[in-house]
Amino acid sequence: MSFPFNAKIPAGPLAEKWTRYRGEAKLVSPANKRKLDIIVVGTGLAGASAAASLGELGYNVKAFCYQDSPRRAHSIAAQGGINAAKNYPNDGDSIHRLFFDTIKGGDYRSREGNVYRLAEVSNQIIDQCVAQGIPFARTYGGLLDNRSFGGAQVSRTFYARGQTGQQLLLGAYGALSRQIHLGSVKLYPRRDMLNLVMENGKARGIITRNLVTGEIERHTAHAVVLATGGYGNVYYLSTNAMGSNITPAWQAYRKGALFANPCFTQIHPTCIPVHGDFQSKLTLMSESLRNDGRIWVPKKQEDAEKLRKKQITPADIPAEDRDYYLERRYPAFGNLVPRDVASRAAKERCDAGFGVGTGLAVYLDFEESLKRLGKEVIEERYGNLFQMYEQITGENPYTTPMMIYPAVHYTMGGLWVDYELMTNIPGLYAIGEVNFSDHGANRLGASALMQGLADGYFILPYTIGNYLAAEIHTPRMTTKEPSFDQAAAETEARLNRIMQIQGKQSVDKLHKKLGHIMWEYVGMGRNEAGLRKALEELPKLKEEFWADIKVPGTLHEFNPEIEKAGRLIDFIELGELIARDALLRAESCGGHFREEMQTSDGEAKRDDEHFTHVSAWQFNEETEPVLLREDLVFEAVELKQRIYK
Amino acid sequence: MDLTLKIWRQKNATDRGGILTYKVTGVSPDSSFFEMLDMLNQQLIEGNQEPVAFDHDCREGICGTCSLFINGRPHGPKRGITTCQLHMRSFSNGDTIYIEPWRARAFPVIKDLIVDRGAFDKIIQAGGYVSVNTGGIPDANAIPVPKFNAERSMDAAACIGCGACVASCANASAMLFVSAKIAQFDYLPQGKVETTRRVQAMVQAMDALGFGNCSNMYACEAECPKEISIANIALMNRNFLKAKVCAEKEG
Repeated sequence: MSFPFNAKIPAGPLAEKWTRYRGEAKLVSPANKRKLDIIVVGTGLAGASAAASLGELGYNVKAFCYQDSPRRAHSIAAQGGINAAKNYPNDGDSIHRLFFDTIKGGDYRSREGNVYRLAEVSNQIIDQCVAQGIPFARTYGGLLDNRSFGGAQVSRTFYARGQTGQQLLLGAYGALSRQIHLGSVKLYPRRDMLNLVMENGKARGIITRNLVTGEIERHTAHAVVLATGGYGNVYYLSTNAMGSNITPAWQAYRKGALFANPCFTQIHPTCIPVHGDFQSKLTLMSESLRNDGRIWVPKKQEDAEKLRKKQITPADIPAEDRDYYLERRYPAFGNLVPRDVASRAAKERCDAGFGVGTGLAVYLDFEESLKRLGKEVIEERYGNLFQMYEQITGENPYTTPMMIYPAVHYTMGGLWVDYELMTNIPGLYAIGEVNFSDHGANRLGASALMQGLADGYFILPYTIGNYLAAEIHTPRMTTKEPSFDQAAAETEARLNRIMQIQGKQSVDKLHKKLGHIMWEYVGMGRNEAGLRKALEELPKLKEEFWADIKVPGTLHEFNPEIEKAGRLIDFIELGELIARDALLRAESCGGHFREEMQTSDGEAKRDDEHFTHVSAWQFNEETEPVLLREDLVFEAVELKQRIYK
Repeated sequence: MDLTLKIWRQKNATDRGGILTYKVTGVSPDSSFFEMLDMLNQQLIEGNQEPVAFDHDCREGICGTCSLFINGRPHGPKRGITTCQLHMRSFSNGDTIYIEPWRARAFPVIKDLIVDRGAFDKIIQAGGYVSVNTGGIPDANAIPVPKFNAERSMDAAACIGCGACVASCANASAMLFVSAKIAQFDYLPQGKVETTRRVQAMVQAMDALGFGNCSNMYACEAECPKEISIANIALMNRNFLKAKVCAEKEG
């Protein structure tokens, strides 16, 4: 079956597509913009930048977030930096090179047109952020400083110490706050979006729960933008915030929006290792640390064992007995190989018995850089990260190497969108991490911030007009229409059903079970038997939820347990879709590693003949989800095995 | 570790509230303070009691969601960290720990340990930004910024808006929070353009929202999880005074 939706990639040479699109897109006059309402759900980098930019243009915007303030969205936790093709260091960067690195980094599973546009607008983002007063790192000459990130041989990453996400988000939050002050954006904090309202096949509103009062609320608009982030918490333990969830996107999926490439999940190589059963989240140590830190494990298994038993310390291992395995296996990129490659290499060493700490950890060592650059320089570059590490582990990374291990971090899959960032539901947009668009099967470091802000500042404000131009005659809907009644009733019925179970297991307990199944069978290495096992276990877990979940309190008050329960059941359903997608994609690519498909030296082996497509899943109430394939066409780049040696 | 917890419980904004006592046993010193509270909540849910509501999200010290007054100090006994970064190894077996919400007129309690910090958003809305629209801006390197200024700006910009400064202040003053934002922009040419207008608008909003004045106790600086310097308040006061004089001249 051919793919029934149009990705709307503009015709013409790659470098001209976006210019051509902007020249031809329909416009909405200022007088008409005032008559159009847009809902933006989520206030991270994508959501806040979109809401602010759309407000500036004159639309009426309503912005929603589950946090108490838009400034707390999880983009804030991004540490290392943001990429752009400025070529300020004069090291050979260009828009084409950033485009190429991103396509290759994503293991050739993203659209050329989208990725080229991302690289094209990357430079404007840096200009915008500087104009907003974001204190990027600078050199003594007063100009912007750059550093390197994985998967690139140029230094194109702009940063603000180890708090780049925080600073960029606060910039977007400032722009959003300004629009709130001017009255073009109305803010709704502490709200969960629980349903999508459709009218005549178009997205026309949302149903939210006021988390303080428990009230079910209705909001109407001419377009709905989802900027709700990724689904890493399907694994329970991840670097995501505790509240990060898939519910808005999942409800949209249940209303007909396609969910693309759910099995493309990213395991980040440098996180603080798991320390116990009671653990609630994992903390990332920025990839930027790999600029100056060297990753190693002992060469001898007996040394590793002594280290695990704490009979010796890492300082007791002489240089010749250390295996700097990334430098050994990938001399060209060394410690700065892409995340998927670095994660698998760490797993390989630990599985082979060379792990330290609990056995599931490797060293990230700054000894040499401290000698070469001095403590002051290292402190200036990574001070807050070192402090964060010491708080959590009680160890001082200035004197003993950090211990790190891979952890779930980012999800490349998400709602299917076309070139305009619109899902297959007219009027419903998905921007930032919640869409599947730009990173293929693996995202490169410092590219999430770039994509979130590209979508929000420079892409959606152009593309949404092309849709809304035809909506200027559509009158505002009241929330008393039957479509709102029905959606609100669905949501209330679901919440009541959960409350009435009063079983024995808390939400966290079941969430841990979900996490265990996902990590065990749908984690870093996947195989057919394991995936089939997951597909057996997950429906059982779903039954367990509907039979045995326990939610205290009532619906009509501040009740964090009911929030978590609703998010969990959507995660369980999504988990099943991830496993299904991973089973069908019988190739290894990027973060999706099928153990059956590897080269003789353990690298991911793609199957371009059968899998050069986007797997877009369509919900079906009666049957299993339906797989639709959007073929990926490559004109500018040649498909090759990714080599970082 | 076995601990006794004395926790503020308050059903909603209108409830009077009070301190209740709980016991938790078998806490690992490697767990975080919130993982200890997670344990307590599991216990409460299993015993058919309502879990304790507390604010938290990123659990890595950057989002600013978490609060908690622990043994009389915002974010607990250690310097330079948030509650979510506090680990149980900072306590001893057998300890009694008092846990209360932020206390300030401008931060009303929503439930248990959760307060409404919407007033901080309102202060930012009044002027905590550079007034530029998206697009139409010069190249990022068009205006060089001395490294010293960029670093000082970043020091101030590290504020996470948690409200510990307000909670620690006898006057519930928000001046450390407000001055950090003013200083961040004042150190940069892009932000300096608007300093006069910004400082007036933000100070006015701060006063209107019921925050108190600064009386130089330095508690905010001591308790700030991001160690924001009180020197920012001096910078703000200087600019506020200057703005007044200039406004009179212009007016």
